[in-house]
Amino acid sequence: MSYAITIGPRRYQFDDLKTLLARATPLRSGDQLAGIAASSAEERVAAQMCLADVPLTTFLQELLIPYEQDEVSRLIIDSHDAHAFAPIRHLTVGGLRDWLLSDAANSSTLAAVAPGLTPEMVSAVSKLMRNQDLIWVASKCRVITRFRNTQGLPGHMGVRLQPNHPTDDARGIAAAMLDGLLYGAGDAVIGINPASDSPEAIHTMLAMMDEVRQRYAIPTQSCVLTHVTSTLELIQRGAPVDLVFQSIAGTEKANSGFGINLAVLGEAQQAALELRRGTVGDNVMYFETGQGSALSANAHWGVDQQTCEVRAYAVARHFSPLLVNTVVGFIGPEYLYNGKQIIRAGLEDHFCGKLLGLPMGCDICYTNHAEADQDDMDSLLTLLGTAGIHFIIGVPGADDIMLGYQSTSFHDALYLRQLLGLKRAPEFEDWLESMAITRAGKLQAQDRQQALLQLMETFR
Amino acid sequence: MNAPFSPATTGNSAITEDSWQELASHTVARIALGRVGSSLPTRETLRFALAHAQARDAVHTPLELSALSAALQDLQLPSLHVRSAAPSRAAYLQRPDQGRRLHPDSRASLLAAGVEPCDVLFVVGDGLSARAVASHAVPLIAATLPLLQEQGLRVGPVVLATEARVALADEVAECLQAAMVVMLIGERPGLSSPDSLGVYLTSAPRVGCMDSARNCISNVRPQGLPYPLAAYKLAWLIRAGRGSGTGVALKDGSAAEPGWLQLQQQLALAAQQD
Repeated sequence: MSYAITIGPRRYQFDDLKTLLARATPLRSGDQLAGIAASSAEERVAAQMCLADVPLTTFLQELLIPYEQDEVSRLIIDSHDAHAFAPIRHLTVGGLRDWLLSDAANSSTLAAVAPGLTPEMVSAVSKLMRNQDLIWVASKCRVITRFRNTQGLPGHMGVRLQPNHPTDDARGIAAAMLDGLLYGAGDAVIGINPASDSPEAIHTMLAMMDEVRQRYAIPTQSCVLTHVTSTLELIQRGAPVDLVFQSIAGTEKANSGFGINLAVLGEAQQAALELRRGTVGDNVMYFETGQGSALSANAHWGVDQQTCEVRAYAVARHFSPLLVNTVVGFIGPEYLYNGKQIIRAGLEDHFCGKLLGLPMGCDICYTNHAEADQDDMDSLLTLLGTAGIHFIIGVPGADDIMLGYQSTSFHDALYLRQLLGLKRAPEFEDWLESMAITRAGKLQAQDRQQALLQLMETFR
Repeated sequence: MNAPFSPATTGNSAITEDSWQELASHTVARIALGRVGSSLPTRETLRFALAHAQARDAVHTPLELSALSAALQDLQLPSLHVRSAAPSRAAYLQRPDQGRRLHPDSRASLLAAGVEPCDVLFVVGDGLSARAVASHAVPLIAATLPLLQEQGLRVGPVVLATEARVALADEVAECLQAAMVVMLIGERPGLSSPDSLGVYLTSAPRVGCMDSARNCISNVRPQGLPYPLAAYKLAWLIRAGRGSGTGVALKDGSAAEPGWLQLQQQLALAAQQD
C-alpha cells in the first residue's frame, strides 16, 4: 500500500510503510548510508504528517519484513496481545502521541498497553515526538527488575561498573572494580567486556568477580560479556554465571550475523534460570543493542535503523531481561554522525524501550572518529537522568581502555545523583552504608583501613 | 600518556584525594582520580581533553606505505598496494560499504598480478589508526611466519590496503585465491591506546562473508597483547580453523596449551630483567 500527501504544489508519495517510516525519521547518517533517508527537509516533515494519519492497526497488517522470512517478525506478530491493545486500537500514530502525552497515560495505563504495542508502532510514534516528548513519556514509564537487588524504582538509577582491561589482567580488573565500588558504582551489574574469547580466561574472570562478591557480601550481579554460546558452555562447566549476556539486533539475518537466534537465547536463559543464583528475582538476561547493527550486517531489509533497533527490543522483551543497554554512540559516525544525532538516538532508544516495558539503560558514549565530545555526553546524560534512565555505564574516568571509546564515569553518575536526587538500588545502598563508603547516600572519603582495599592483597 | 600539564594541586583543599592511588600501578585505567565535590578535579579534566585531542588527530593521519614495504622486504616478503573504493578519509568514515570493496583499479591489478594461490594471506589495512599498523603489523608478521612455516603453510605476498575496513580482505583474498586471510588493521584509537592493532582471521574468504565467520584477536601492542603471544594465538587459530573453519563456532583454546604458558613465563622473566 502506498501513502501520499500534497504540500503546496508538491505531491509526496511513499511506496510502502517502511519507506514512509524511513523518510519520516529525523536525519542520521546511517539512513543516508542505506539510501533511505528523506531527500529534503520538507519531504521529511511530509512523511511525518502522512505517518501521523496511519492507523495503528495498519502495523499489524502491513509487515515491514515478511513473516515467513524473519523470526523476529513472527515473534512480534505471534506475541501481540490484542487485549492489551484494545484501549488504543482505534488510534492513529498521531493520536497515539497525543494519548501518550496526556494525563490518561500514567505509569499503570502505560504498563497495561505495553504488550499491545509492537516495535513498529513505537518507532513510528517516536518519529513524531520532540526530545521533550521522548523524555516526558519515558519518565512516566515504570519498569522494575530484580536479581540480587531491585532496579528501576521511582527516583532510582543504577550503574554498571565496567572494569575492563585490555589483556584481562586480574589485578588491573580488580583495581578498576575497587575504584568503582569506592565511588559507589556497581548496583546494576559488574560487567567485564573481555579481550579474550577463550573459555578458560572467561571462567577465571567469572570466578574472580564471584569471589569478591561473596567475600564482601555485595548485593549485586556479575557478568562477562561474551558470546551466548560461550556462556552456555561455561554454565555446563559449572562456572559461576549470574547473567547471560548477548548483543542482539532486530532482524533474523542480523542476529544470524551475531551467531544467534531466538532458540539459543531461550536455551541460555533456561540454563541460567536453573542455576537459581538470583536472591530477589529471576531476571537473568543482559542484552546490548544499538542503532545501525542491522545495516552494518547488511541485514536491514530497507528498514530504517531506528525501527530495526526497536525490533531488537521485541527480542529482548521475550526473555524478561534484568538490563537492556543501548550502546548509542559506539557504532561510529557512519550511523550517528555527531553529538546531535547521538543525543536524539539515545533519547529515542530509551523512550521506545521503556514504552515496550524494558529496563532500558544507555551507554552514553562516543568514539574518537565521531564528531562528538564530552559536552555532548553531558547533555545526553542529564537528559536521560530526567527521563528516568534505568542504568548508565561507569568506566574509570570515562575512558574504556579495552574497547577504546569514551563512556560515562563514576564521577558522571555522582553528578547526576546529586543534581536529580537519584538513588542506588536499595539493597546495594544499604551495603555501601554498611561498608562506610556512603553515609545517607553521600560518598565518604576513605582511609587506607577501608576493608575493600584489603582485597588487593589477594592479587600480590 | 604523560601530559605536559601538571598544575600544583597538592595542598588544594577543595580536592578529596583517593587513598588507593597505588592501585593505579596495576592498570592504565583512569582510577583514583580524586574529586571536587562529586566532580573531576581540574588537572584530570584537562588531562582527558588532551588525550581526546591526540586521538582525534590520530584518526586523520595517513599510512606510510613505502616504509612498510621496505620493512616487509627485509623479511623476504613482497608486498602489493591496493586501495578501497572510498575516495577520501571523509568518505571512508561515513561509507563503510566503500571501505569494504576494492577500487576497480586495485581489483584489476590484483587479478593481473600472477600470484600463486596460497594457504595464508596477510592483508594490512590502515583502518582507524595508521599509527597502530605502522608500529605493530610487521613485528607481528615476523613473529608469526616461523610458526606458519612449522605448519608447512604457503604464505602469499603481503597486501597493503588504504581506507580499508576488515571485510576488504575478503575481496583481496578472493582475487589472490587464498585459503585463509589474516587482516591486520588499526583499531579505533582509544584515549589510552591510540596504536592498538586488530587481527581478523577468515577461512574460505569471499565477498559477503559475515563477521560471525571470523575470529578476532584484539589489542595487539606491547602494552596490550605482546607480539609473541598474539602470534602464538594466531597460529593456533589458523591450525584449528584450517580443519573446522573460522567463526563463532571456533573457540580459542590457545591459552590452555603448554606452549602459551611457557611464552608467558618467558615474557614475565624478560620483563623482570628489564
